[in-house]
Amino acid sequence: MKHSISYYPGTKPITVLCLFILYTPLIVISLYSFNSLRSITTWGEFTFDWYIKAFSNPAIQNATMNSLLIAVLASSIATLIALAAAMGMLRGTPLKRQKIVVGVINLPLLLPEIVVAVASLIFFIAIDMTLGLGTILLAHIVFCIPFAYLPISTRLKDIKQSFDEAAYDLYASRWQSFRHVTLPMAMPGIVSGLMLAFVVSLDDFIVANMVAGPGSSTLPMTIYSMLRVGLTPEINAISTILLLVSILFVTASWWCNRSSKSST
Amino acid sequence: MLNIVNLSKEEKVRYGLISPSMFMIGFFLLIPISIVFVYSFLQPGTYGGVEWVFSLDAYKQFLFQEDFLTEELQFTSAYLEIFGRSFSQAAIATLLCFMIGFPTAYFIATRPANTQSLWLFAITIPYWVNLLVRTIAMLFIIRDQGPLNEFLMYLDWIDTPIKLAYTPFAVSLGLFYSFLPFMVLPIYTALSRFDMSLLTAAHDLYASRWAALKNVLIPSVSNGIYAGCLLVFIPSIGSFIAPDLLGGGKQLMIGNLIALQFQGSRNWPFGAAIAIILLTIILITLLIFSLRKKGEQQ
Repeated sequence: MKHSISYYPGTKPITVLCLFILYTPLIVISLYSFNSLRSITTWGEFTFDWYIKAFSNPAIQNATMNSLLIAVLASSIATLIALAAAMGMLRGTPLKRQKIVVGVINLPLLLPEIVVAVASLIFFIAIDMTLGLGTILLAHIVFCIPFAYLPISTRLKDIKQSFDEAAYDLYASRWQSFRHVTLPMAMPGIVSGLMLAFVVSLDDFIVANMVAGPGSSTLPMTIYSMLRVGLTPEINAISTILLLVSILFVTASWWCNRSSKSST
Repeated sequence: MLNIVNLSKEEKVRYGLISPSMFMIGFFLLIPISIVFVYSFLQPGTYGGVEWVFSLDAYKQFLFQEDFLTEELQFTSAYLEIFGRSFSQAAIATLLCFMIGFPTAYFIATRPANTQSLWLFAITIPYWVNLLVRTIAMLFIIRDQGPLNEFLMYLDWIDTPIKLAYTPFAVSLGLFYSFLPFMVLPIYTALSRFDMSLLTAAHDLYASRWAALKNVLIPSVSNGIYAGCLLVFIPSIGSFIAPDLLGGGKQLMIGNLIALQFQGSRNWPFGAAIAIILLTIILITLLIFSLRKKGEQQ
């Protein structure tokens, strides 16, 4: 068969290579977390021992609770803030300062994480805030906002304003129209944004590491400090859990957006 | 400034809705960055922090070192080397990402429309996995007693492990691995807007496949390529985790140098000055790319 002109040989093997590079490290580290032996070359038997061992460590239990608490709070607060901003921006005629507002919302994405981390540290010390879970939470809310804003605003843009107008014609107040018309329709975008923000908060190491106080370690920080002893199977086990949680949430977020697209 | 009195009720509500996001980012990000700028012109405190005395020492320290005996300023290239390394590592990572990312984006853009989003999703998933975890996974594989070396020795291709971890190459590899999805997405977006029949037109005019690629396809999607390169280059040059873990503390990059000033050597103004220099480099890179884009559109 003669290939069409738009066919370039080699793109398929390179795509396979690309996926191979992206996934192999993740798959390998997960596999070794179930190996009962510490060895790389020999496979003992399938075991959950490293998971049990890791999560019976009080420091890791504590860090897990901290990470979950911060991720839940930061993602919910950031999603509320992002939803409010998206409603203000996208319902009605474009505002004069639309571009500036979008620029500010996306600013946390542009700056290198290490600069955000030291700037936050300097700021919290300057205003005399005690470093701890509170400072991590504040810093996380800030960089979760753009991640929550993106899917929400994409979704709101797709909802026609005529739905609101119809609700107003039927004597709905602004709030009623939002509560019973816009909100249910925007829900897939909101859930998607919430989950992305959750993952982004859970992922952060650099910022938390700078603005954390004594006793407020998050899970990535605990993994990092465990690395000093070396790459242990316990680290593989915690890493596997973190990567599974991220993949699960992002897949759910993607699914939310996808199924909503086909329904409108 | 916004004149609140002249706004309609409707506009007041809308600005009210936008204000929490502006407050959070303004108060907890813009003000902190401004403080970094101010601190870079102060003198270091003895135990971290700053002394409120205006000084350009932090910026001088970047290029000059004070001689202990004569107190003369002598040129030192130590910090320039770290900047040079950051540049070259980021450039290598960008090039590697392009070599793998462009063909991948092309392959995805030429798939049937209903499967494209699935391919893209497969490329993006790893981006959402914790960067620390991904870097640890890479270190796990390439270290001396890691699966890669053991596998090569099992195949009898090598007798002793290849030293990969804690080398400059490991850092390039780590950066490439960290930011590869960023290269694919914008190039894919540009390709999906590209009219593939132009390639047929080029072919009809006796262009070979490669001539069509070079003279038709690549110039048409250059904006996507620029965007992809920026999205890899910018986070690479300021990266912290890859040089820290894969370079084993010997391959310091700008990000590590900044962190050190706040954790180890405790020279806040110097750390602030490097952060400002890094932000300036990023700003200049963005400006060059946007000017280039404008130039091409004319």
